[in-house]
Amino acid sequence: MTYVYFPGCSLTSTGRGYHESLQEVCRALEVPIQELEDWNCCGATSYMAVDESKAFALSARNLALAERLGNGSTQMMVPCAACYLGLNKAQHYLQEFPAIRGKVDKALAAAGLAYSGRVQIRHPLDIFIKDIGRDKIAARVAKPLAGLKVACYYGCQLVRPYAEFDDQHNPTTMETIMTVLGAEVIDWPLKTRCCGGSLTGTIEDVGLRLSYIILTEAQKRGADLVATACPLCQFNLECYQGKMNGRFGLNGKVPVAYFTQLMGLAFGLSNKSLGLNRLFVPLPERRAVAAGGGAHVRG
Amino acid sequence: MSEPTQRSDSFEPRIVAFFCNWCTYTAADLAGTARMTYAPNARVVRVMCSGRLDPQFILAALRNGADGVLIGGCHPGDCHYQEGNYKALRRFILLKRMLASFGIEEERVRLEWIAASEGEKVQRVINEMTDTIRRLGPLRLEPLPAEAAEGHGQKVAVHGGAV
Amino acid sequence: MSAVNASPNGTPKVGVYVCHCGINIAGVIDVTKVVEFAKTLPNVTVAQEYKFMCSDPGQELIQKDLKDGKIDRVVVASCSPLMHEPTFRRAMAACGGNPFLFQMANIREHVSWVNKEKGSATEKAKALVAAAVRRVVFHKPLQKTQVPVNSDVLIVGGGISGIHAALTMADAGRKVYLVEREPTIGGHMAKFDKTFPTLDCSACILTPKMSQVRAHPNITLWTYSEVAEIEGYVGNFKARVRRKPKYVDEGLCVGCLECIEACIFKKGKFKDEFNVGLSLRKPIYVPFPQATPLVAVIDPETCAFFRTGKCKQTCAEVCERKAIDFNQKEEIKEINVGAIILATGFKTFDASRIARYGYGKYPTVYTSLEVERLVNAAGPTGGEVLLPNGQKPKAVGIVHCVGSRDEKTNRYCSRVCCMYSLKLAHLIHERTGAEVYNFYIDMRTPGKGYEEFYDRLMKENVHFIRGRVAEVSDWAMTPEEEGKLVIRAEDTLVGAVRRIPVDMVVLSVGLEPQPDADEVRRRFNISCSTEGWFLERHPKLAPVSTFTDGIFLAGACQGPKDIPDCVAQAGAAAAEALAMIDRGHVELEPNTAFVTEEFCSGCKTCVPLCPYSAISFDTSKNKAVVNGALCKGCGTCVAACPSGALQQNLFTDEEIFNEIEGVVKYV
Repeated sequence: MTYVYFPGCSLTSTGRGYHESLQEVCRALEVPIQELEDWNCCGATSYMAVDESKAFALSARNLALAERLGNGSTQMMVPCAACYLGLNKAQHYLQEFPAIRGKVDKALAAAGLAYSGRVQIRHPLDIFIKDIGRDKIAARVAKPLAGLKVACYYGCQLVRPYAEFDDQHNPTTMETIMTVLGAEVIDWPLKTRCCGGSLTGTIEDVGLRLSYIILTEAQKRGADLVATACPLCQFNLECYQGKMNGRFGLNGKVPVAYFTQLMGLAFGLSNKSLGLNRLFVPLPERRAVAAGGGAHVRG
Repeated sequence: MSEPTQRSDSFEPRIVAFFCNWCTYTAADLAGTARMTYAPNARVVRVMCSGRLDPQFILAALRNGADGVLIGGCHPGDCHYQEGNYKALRRFILLKRMLASFGIEEERVRLEWIAASEGEKVQRVINEMTDTIRRLGPLRLEPLPAEAAEGHGQKVAVHGGAV
Repeated sequence: MSAVNASPNGTPKVGVYVCHCGINIAGVIDVTKVVEFAKTLPNVTVAQEYKFMCSDPGQELIQKDLKDGKIDRVVVASCSPLMHEPTFRRAMAACGGNPFLFQMANIREHVSWVNKEKGSATEKAKALVAAAVRRVVFHKPLQKTQVPVNSDVLIVGGGISGIHAALTMADAGRKVYLVEREPTIGGHMAKFDKTFPTLDCSACILTPKMSQVRAHPNITLWTYSEVAEIEGYVGNFKARVRRKPKYVDEGLCVGCLECIEACIFKKGKFKDEFNVGLSLRKPIYVPFPQATPLVAVIDPETCAFFRTGKCKQTCAEVCERKAIDFNQKEEIKEINVGAIILATGFKTFDASRIARYGYGKYPTVYTSLEVERLVNAAGPTGGEVLLPNGQKPKAVGIVHCVGSRDEKTNRYCSRVCCMYSLKLAHLIHERTGAEVYNFYIDMRTPGKGYEEFYDRLMKENVHFIRGRVAEVSDWAMTPEEEGKLVIRAEDTLVGAVRRIPVDMVVLSVGLEPQPDADEVRRRFNISCSTEGWFLERHPKLAPVSTFTDGIFLAGACQGPKDIPDCVAQAGAAAAEALAMIDRGHVELEPNTAFVTEEFCSGCKTCVPLCPYSAISFDTSKNKAVVNGALCKGCGTCVAACPSGALQQNLFTDEEIFNEIEGVVKYV
């Protein structure tokens, strides 16, 4: 079965590393994906705040396009946490509120489209663990991430409130994958806390503080890096470390990578193909190992 | 889905609901006690057990003017009389086959397991069924030759003669 | 079969009485229109309306018309027959009428309470009245059958509710079988140290009652036992009770506990169930020192002899009474009883279901039941509140409503948690001097002396923070928080998020139905509410009866309850069971099946259908025969009879066909 791939806007801009590594990892795991043709913005946060029904219509257009492809059993792969939430929210609201459904149906009809609610919206974490399975992932590991301590960070949008593949307050899917890759995971209570989201761009002090809290706690618990599943989290956590340092005294730098980049590393794929060259804070020595292969990294 | 779609010009289906005393009738009472409003189209006939339902009752309801029939019994394993609901299910499956051969849409006759605590399910099922049958339109049956004769004695002759 | 033939005294005369039920019915249904409609129906000689038909004057209307000969059968259009059918039947019988020439049209629960629109509601009410009128014309005068009642009682569950019900019944001279699945009676109450709001010692008030049960000549106590099967009906139940082997002869054991001392395990090694896992026991044990009966139990899962076959059997050696019996087998006891009281209790909510409270992750997060054991003088720490590191906590947070009032777990309020949280707050504060913080949504303290207790706690300097706890974690933001658990909650009175560092967290877990409640209710043929509590016959007026006659409910198996409420309900259940037994007989609804021999072709279709083996076959006559005493009136055989020879009283084919016709054809 081919998954209909919905990258979303972020993955074509700030989140290119996620886009690139996800495609590489899917290829390595033989997960067939096909990008949704003519997709549009999912209608996430900003649009949702301005005009809810237009945001739903935007989401519904993507869903309608996807539904046409799959004979009523389309599985849509949505890596961006905001898109995942936005599309799921549209799905639920269309089902529960006939008034919204009526408006959206009209809008879709104007574009010659219709949506009956049968697309399954899935996050790659969900697909990797439920459909592909840890055994297949383990079999593909060529260069285990031995010695690397990872803080798995899900952010606030991914598992709450719609995800059914994991616990809403203590998700563990990413930890399972990281362990299969040979990495060590830290136990920490902040994995579903907000990174600051778009606040970092509007009320900078508040946003930065939230990001700082996450990074400093990860450091305190001995993490070498933070693994994320959301382009906005990755951006906030990684790009503002200089400012966090100045304002709150963040100690040094903390690498923040997409979980797919780490999967690719363990599979022995090249840094460039995984978009690792785009990182502002490079991964610990491990990077050289993955690229060069062979040698032992840490004591 | 708490209120069925209201259309003033539309036809109002008549539904006969056969509810067992212990589970579904009690659930319908509970829906009342909890003031859950639902479509006024279903009219309840109480039997002690869904196992009492002779398929002729369903045919008689349809013959006498019902547009649909709802059967409510206890969930599997919950029957007050151990397994009357299984008997009802068996007869229901056979009856559906027969109705299909008469050209009666299968959505017109529905069997639901509704426990005494499921007042909300009574509400939902009746609303759904009212909607479905409103969409199907009235049930139109050919008049019976025997209907004018007013035959009495054999229940078959009196009540529709379909069996 | 014309209506005329079906009436005992010539043409049937039907009286129709439409009830207003105050505004419950009349507020939605145009009652007058229904009455006018009824007057047009065939055989109706009287049709009228009245404000409250179930009141005495309402009933007298019917009685007068019956006595005056204006009517010989009755239709009341009012509430559910499950509510008032017995009332009106009694009224008819009281003035010499036959109570079964009666039919109710349920225009309240099924019409006025579920409809807002007057027109369609009135139409529906008319249809139901038409159906009842058409049907009642075919009713025949019937007699209730009386069957004698066995005066023995089965009580299932030996917590405070079962104990109280057993003692009440036994004191009244009834023979009681009390069945408990744990090795001892006492239930949850035996685990508590103090009871709210009086703070009297739980054991001091409970254990005398436990001994009384043990000693009472009218009580047969079977612990470590479960009811496997129930047959029969009100007044005449047959129960099969499975007695699990304790491998210790109850008749010989004197409770000296030498065997436990002598066990080859020098120390406890296995989780002690009674102390909810906070201490370890040996394979041979008694749950607690006042266990009743005080008889040792061998757990075959952990006993070396059972697991390996190799053991010196030091326990058996040391027992002077030779009470240890490794060959003991499970026993099945068959008993006959007239009534059954279910007092199977509750379980506490599994706190690990709410991951963000850290139960199972942080060793200093406890459930309230665990803390009950910690503060208990007979508990694992001798009544001292100690952390796993042996130290007393300096700050303790008590989180209310864990698994209650929460859409994700249970929506209901568990009723007892506020009060027991206050009690635990008091005990912890008293024994450790710790700062105690209660995090609550609302304080719910209705009950005698309860609000006063809350007041007392506030004066004892226990802290109260109004806000549902968001999370418990080891995420420290300041040096003071290092090494502590931090409770985060929005203080809704201050309007700020607070972080309270503590050494110990107590999760006030809610009450849930027993994990096997669904299995048990099937075994006893009763219903459960959506949440899984056993369903009472009426929430207000029949709170201890069930829809199955002869089976009563006591205590928390029916819903969360504190001790006073459990005892009150147990007393009520005992009283209702006694009332039924002392009547000496029960009357059975005459809705049984019967055979019209001339129509029976002897096909035997009906015989295997009956779940009660009430149908036999008379080979000499080649006819089916229904045993009326065994028939329970489901009508399954009637529906299957191809010739119409089998009929069911009150639900004959012609009655049902006419009801169907009435319900759709005329309105």
